[in-house]
Amino acid sequence: MTESIIKHTTSTMAIMVLFSLIGTGFLAYTYEITKAPIKASKAIEKMKSFEQVLPRNEYDNNLLNDFVDVPAGGELNNREVTKVYTARLAGKATAVILEATARDGYSGDIKLLIAVRKDGSLGGVRVIAHKETPGLGDYIDIAHGDWIKLFDAESLTKTSDEKWKVKKDGGQFDYMAGATITPRAVVKATHSALSYVAKNQNKLFAEHSAINK
Amino acid sequence: MAAYNEIIENGLWKQNPGVVQLLGLCPTLAMTTSMVNGFSLGLATAVVMGISNASVSPVRQYIPKEIRNPVFILIIAAIVTAIDLSMNAFVHPLHVVLGIFIPLIVTNCIVLARVESFAAKNPTLPSALDGFMMGLGLAGVLTLLGGVRELVGKGTLLSGIDLILGPNAKTMIIHVIPNYHGFLLAVLPPGAFIGLACLIAFRNWAEQRKSKPTPQASGSLKPAL
Repeated sequence: MTESIIKHTTSTMAIMVLFSLIGTGFLAYTYEITKAPIKASKAIEKMKSFEQVLPRNEYDNNLLNDFVDVPAGGELNNREVTKVYTARLAGKATAVILEATARDGYSGDIKLLIAVRKDGSLGGVRVIAHKETPGLGDYIDIAHGDWIKLFDAESLTKTSDEKWKVKKDGGQFDYMAGATITPRAVVKATHSALSYVAKNQNKLFAEHSAINK
Repeated sequence: MAAYNEIIENGLWKQNPGVVQLLGLCPTLAMTTSMVNGFSLGLATAVVMGISNASVSPVRQYIPKEIRNPVFILIIAAIVTAIDLSMNAFVHPLHVVLGIFIPLIVTNCIVLARVESFAAKNPTLPSALDGFMMGLGLAGVLTLLGGVRELVGKGTLLSGIDLILGPNAKTMIIHVIPNYHGFLLAVLPPGAFIGLACLIAFRNWAEQRKSKPTPQASGSLKPAL
């Protein structure tokens, strides 16, 4: 009796282990053959998002390999380590592209891609991820409205610090009635990204790539 | 052939996962904010269900009863992950659109339910058909629900089609009600529940009408108590 239970248990266990091994092997193999193509398509996607905030004719380097890491916290208020990419034309740094996070959106973080030129003007701002209310706060997304283009060519010199607010708060940025929290968060995050770049001008626009590749 | 016809009928109408079995409601309610979203998730689910049923069925006699659930889940999760990775690698534009739905499919209990109740007892070919047809049945409900919510909520149909068929497809978006200000409730979660309730009511009404002479015959409509 006991023997048959042991035998049954062992065979059941063996089958479970066998299926786990087959499953693991299958997944490992799939991962291995898809790794390179996935990396390539991710890179292409990233380059495309860069082109939305900075015109292609303003840089000629491989942005993906030209970046510095910014630790979490600090002026950018990012939750995780984030990258600041340096755009160069004929070896000279012309602009930086950074990923900023607005942590005070209406529902969750709003992730932004922001390009700042060396003269301090914005190349452009795009929302890359958000969870704002559909139909109400989502006009910050280029897919749902042109509002985000208000930031094109804006800068700290063009608009003074105290004017970097939505109109309701006495600033100069328009917004749509009914959803003020969302644009307020985006304006604030863009402003602090601009201040960050201004403060770290020397480091970010250094002559040589942070990592030489 | 009769058996295959029955499988198709069960999947699409009699045992429809969306409005009769009421399985897989998490993605049903979350992703049906537009017609294109609903259809895409439905189609991806149908493909996954067909493949997982087809892969469980041939090995069904080697799986001891006691551990069948962990083994089924293992197989489904492995297949879905492999599909996710392959789509990401080889059809990237489609993955950008459908990518968020694919991992959700593992959590959809309709997949496990069909493996357990059909593929574990039947030969490979009928199992594959059953999985695919159940998936299509769900896709139909998702498309309809997505369409209704989109129409009431935004006054359009087929918005987002350009993400699947390329920018040229933008002309296919139908603005049913011009200058519509939108009805937010339909797009938010409550709209999903209300819309689904209307669909279930409609299906029950259609079934009742069909079997009016003998009202008791509508056996599949008994509440699952």
